[in-house]
This record gives sequence, structure tokens and C-alpha cells, in this order.
Amino acid sequence: MRFIWSKITHLLLVVLAVTMLTFVMTDRLPADIAAEIAGHGASAAELAEVRERLGLNRPVLLRYATWIGGVCRGEFGKSLITEQPVSTALRSHLPVTLELLALSQLFALLLALPAGIISAWRSGSPLDRVTGTFAFGCASLPNYALAMGLVFLFALKLKLLPATGYTPLNAGIGANLKGFLLPALSIALVEWVTLMRVLRSDLIATLKEDFILLARCKGLPTWRILLVHALRPSCITFITVLGMQTASLIGGAVIIETVFALPGIGRLLVTAIFAQDFPVIQGGVLLITVSYVCINFLVDLCYAALDPRVRTGVTDG
Amino acid sequence: MTGPDQDLLVVGGLTVQLQTEQGPIRPVDSVSFTLEKGKTLAIVGESGSGKSMLCRAILGLVPARGNIRFDGRDTGKLTGREMNRIRGRDIGVVLQDPLSSLNPVMTISDQIIEPMRIHLGITRREGVERALYLLCSVGIPRPEERLGCYPHQLSGGMRQRVAIAIALACEPKLLIADEPTTALDVTVQAEILTLLARLQMERKMAIILVSHDLGVVAGCANNIAVMYAGRIVEQAPAAELFRRMRMPYTRALFDAIPRIEDPPQRRLPNIPDLPPNFAALPPGCRFAPRCPRAGERCRTEEPALVCDEDRNHRYACWFPV
Repeated sequence: MRFIWSKITHLLLVVLAVTMLTFVMTDRLPADIAAEIAGHGASAAELAEVRERLGLNRPVLLRYATWIGGVCRGEFGKSLITEQPVSTALRSHLPVTLELLALSQLFALLLALPAGIISAWRSGSPLDRVTGTFAFGCASLPNYALAMGLVFLFALKLKLLPATGYTPLNAGIGANLKGFLLPALSIALVEWVTLMRVLRSDLIATLKEDFILLARCKGLPTWRILLVHALRPSCITFITVLGMQTASLIGGAVIIETVFALPGIGRLLVTAIFAQDFPVIQGGVLLITVSYVCINFLVDLCYAALDPRVRTGVTDG
Repeated sequence: MTGPDQDLLVVGGLTVQLQTEQGPIRPVDSVSFTLEKGKTLAIVGESGSGKSMLCRAILGLVPARGNIRFDGRDTGKLTGREMNRIRGRDIGVVLQDPLSSLNPVMTISDQIIEPMRIHLGITRREGVERALYLLCSVGIPRPEERLGCYPHQLSGGMRQRVAIAIALACEPKLLIADEPTTALDVTVQAEILTLLARLQMERKMAIILVSHDLGVVAGCANNIAVMYAGRIVEQAPAAELFRRMRMPYTRALFDAIPRIEDPPQRRLPNIPDLPPNFAALPPGCRFAPRCPRAGERCRTEEPALVCDEDRNHRYACWFPV
């Protein structure tokens, strides 16, 4: 129980710090939201009127206090540009981001797990070296370059998948998934490398342990030694990296979302930042921060599930 | 009673060659011995004399040359799967440090039941029953409370008992115990040795007991083989060996055991220098550079393992004690 409370306190502190920082930084941006709203060539009086109406004249900390007060009541405000409630905007963009994130992490796992296990088991072999070279090749390409390559191959040449665009889920799951395949693959082909490398190096260390020697002495088949005995104690860094990658994808897939014209959180946020549309920025940042802290919490739970020694550590401390 | 029917393990000319940066080395070099059913062979030597590597070679875990006959079968001719079966079912293994040799993220019961499920094909429920019985027989009180424990929740002695229970799970014909008491407190050491002796009586299994301490093996071994730099340098029935040690190295190991009747503050005699580097073995006798009795011949010509005919006592030395 104390563990839960400390996590919640931690969450609140992080949320306060991050949202306040973004609020102040947005305020310092050179863009002028009032000019945007009043329209091109508006007079100074009109601009002042817009500023007065939006409360932009008040001190920044006061405006922040008003905003956070609204959040506490469950009101996230409205976009200054589209007048759409922020919660509606987030709700319509979040499924896109989540689906992209889930698919790309799934692909990354499907690549990283087998590749990591095999190259650790046969470390130093030609197979390990080929995997390693391919992996570094993937990692050294920026994901948008990879995206372009994939679009060229699968959309333009083979004409198997759409090049860009988003089909909502209610228009058919097949079409929806088709639209996500290339963007998810572009992200996964970069992300899997880190996952594979940390898993490989941790597994190599584990395979030198005495308990693996004993497992071999027990006459266990190789797959069982690798998957049952070696994999679980080697997963700590792997899970950490997986968690960090997942969290960063919530707001950080902007480039891929832009390349493939997917209406995700990242794009919503970047558009809002260019327009200085601070209620949307704040809402997005809040969402990302909360997800980060929650994913970290999940990762902590995973540690305990993976390693019983961590569990006793939690109850003792 | 001796004879081929009584022989459980016959090792002939076993050699392990490994590639290292300093060139090929042979941590096990032309080792031969015979172990009868139900008997104990102790393999004694300093750290790095090749004892553990010898065990791994017997288990088929490192590539080796030479002959190994286990229970009438030539293990060199077995497939990987058949060898797995021998390893898990017919040979049990206990390693030195029970904390590192038990899987930290698996419960005790899973680790005991695992080899039985793989090799004997029993159900989980039967496995739990047998695990309880095994834990009882290795002297763990209230075993039903221990089944769900993880290794870090047990004491060192308790962990080694669990490791022994795992090794015994499939009723092996041979137990290889590689320094089973080295990582334990002295009082616990004696308990574990007594336990091994009792289990051997009950189950009629053979034991290979590896140790760096002649004192540890004195009470429980039928035969003792002393290893130095990858070779057996002296081998004899225990009583015969303690009656008369022929090889100066064995003598030196024996003299290094502290004795209760020693006057206080007595300096224990130690063997000067370190065992030789496998990549740069001396010509002649491998022990010669550290041997007080070494003569000119020892430095040029390697002594063969010769046998004292009537007593089954073998040693490799030009100037035996």
C-alpha cells in the first residue's frame, strides 16, 4: 500500500513540474496566438481585444493556476483555434497513437526476442555476426528514411499497401491494419535493435552462470535452458528499454505520423505548438506525462514479477 | 568383487583440448580411471588442476577425446538426446556454490520436479509428492513449507541440501559432487558429507567427490585420485594412500591440512609457487618446479603412471617417497 502511495505522490509531482515547465516555455515562444486568431492585418486595438478575451494579459503563473484548477475539476479547456474541447481532440487522436504504438512494439518484440536469444546462444558465430550487422544497419537509418524505403517498396512497386492515410477502425479492420503496417514497421525496424542488443548481452552474461551449467547437467533440452532458465533472469534491462520506448512513442512518433498522415497525438501536439494553442499543448503534455509515469510503474511491477528477490526488497523497504 | 559387471564408469585416456589466446591447452590430459558401482572416487587437487573440467568431460559438456564407458555404454557413440538422458537421469550433479547453482527466479519445487518431468515423464502432482519425499530424505524440516520458496530465502546449508535433492531426483547411478562443501560453514560441511554417505548407503549409487581438501575426502572415499596440471599423478584405495603416499605432491597436500594436535601458531607448510600455466607446461614432470625432491631427470623426462602391483596403487614419480 505504501508502495502505491509513493507512486501516486511521485506521479503528482512529476505532472506539476512538467506541465508548469511547458506552460512557461509555450508562453515564451515567439509565435503570437492573438495575431493568429484576430486574422492577418488586424489592428492593434483588435489584437488587444483578443488578448483581453483570452486572458493572455494576465501573468503566466496566474494563467497556469487557472488551468491546473480546471484540470482538477476535469476541465481541460478548448482549443483556441478550433474551439474543440481538448478532451475531445485527445480522445480522437489517442486511438491512432495507441494502435501505432502497440503494433510497432509487437513487431519490434517479434524481431528482437528470437534474434536476441539466438545470437546470445550462438554468440560469435556467423549467424550472430550477420544479425548484428543487419541490426546496426537498421539502427543507423533514421526511421523516416526507412519509412520512405518501405513506401517505395510496398506501396509504389509491389502495390500491396497504401502509402499514406488513416482508415478508422469502423471502416473495416483489414483496411485499418493495412494503413498501420508500414508506419509500425518503420518504427519497429529501428526500435528492435536496442531491444535485441540489451537482451543479447544480458543473456550472454546469464548463460555463464552456474545455474545454467546445472541446467545442462540436468540434461534439459536447449530450448528449455534458453527459454525457461536463462530468459527470465535476463529480462530486466530489456523490460526497462521496452518501457522507455513505449512511453516515448506516445508523443514522439511525430515524424512517422507526419510521413504517413496519421492523426496521432504527436501530430496534434506539434500543430498546437506551432500555433501556440496552449490548452491543447497542455492537455497533450499532461497525457504524455501520466502515461510515462504509469508505464514506469508497470515496468516496476514487471521487475517484481520477473525476479522474486525484488519482491522481498519491496516488502522489506 | 571386481570385474566388468561391477564397473559403472570406465574412463580411458580422456583428454580435453581447448583453444585459448595463448594456444591450445589441455586442462585434462590422458586421464584414466575406473569407478565401481556404489563406490566413491575422490578427485583431489589444487584449484585449476582440471578437476571440474574432468567432470564436465565425463558429462559430455565439453568436447573430449578418449573413451568413456558408462554403465556398459560408450558415451562417445550416443546422440545428443541420449546423452541428455544420461546426464539428467543416470548422473546427478551437485556444484560448489548452491546460491549460484540454483536458478534464482524458480521455486524450489519447480527446480526439483523439472528433471523428473523431463526424464521420467511423471505428472506435476506426482512430482510434488516425490519432491516432498526427496526434501525429507536430504534432511530438510517441514519440506511442504519450502516447496514454494526461492533459493535466496534459504540458508547456505539448506540450499546445498536442495541442490542434492535435485541431483537425486531421478535416482541416478552416479552422483558427481564438485566441491560440494567448499562454499559452506565447517559445521555444515560435516553435515553434508554425512548426508552424502547416508544417501549412498541407501541408494547404492556411486559418487565422484571432487575436492581440493584431502581431509574432506579422507573419511568417505573408497578410492582417491590426485590430479595435478590436468593429469592423475597418484591413485590408490584410500587406506593404502593414507598408509603410504608415494608422490611428493600428495604428501604436500596432506601436510597442508591443519591438525587439531598442532601447537598453536604453527605455520602450516605450504607448496611454493602456483600450479603451472597450462599454456606453458614445464618439460618433464609437471610438479618438478615446485617439488623438494626433484632431480635432473624430473626436469627433462615426464614420469609415467606406474602401478605397485599388489596394492593397486598407481603414481607418476621418478623419486617416490
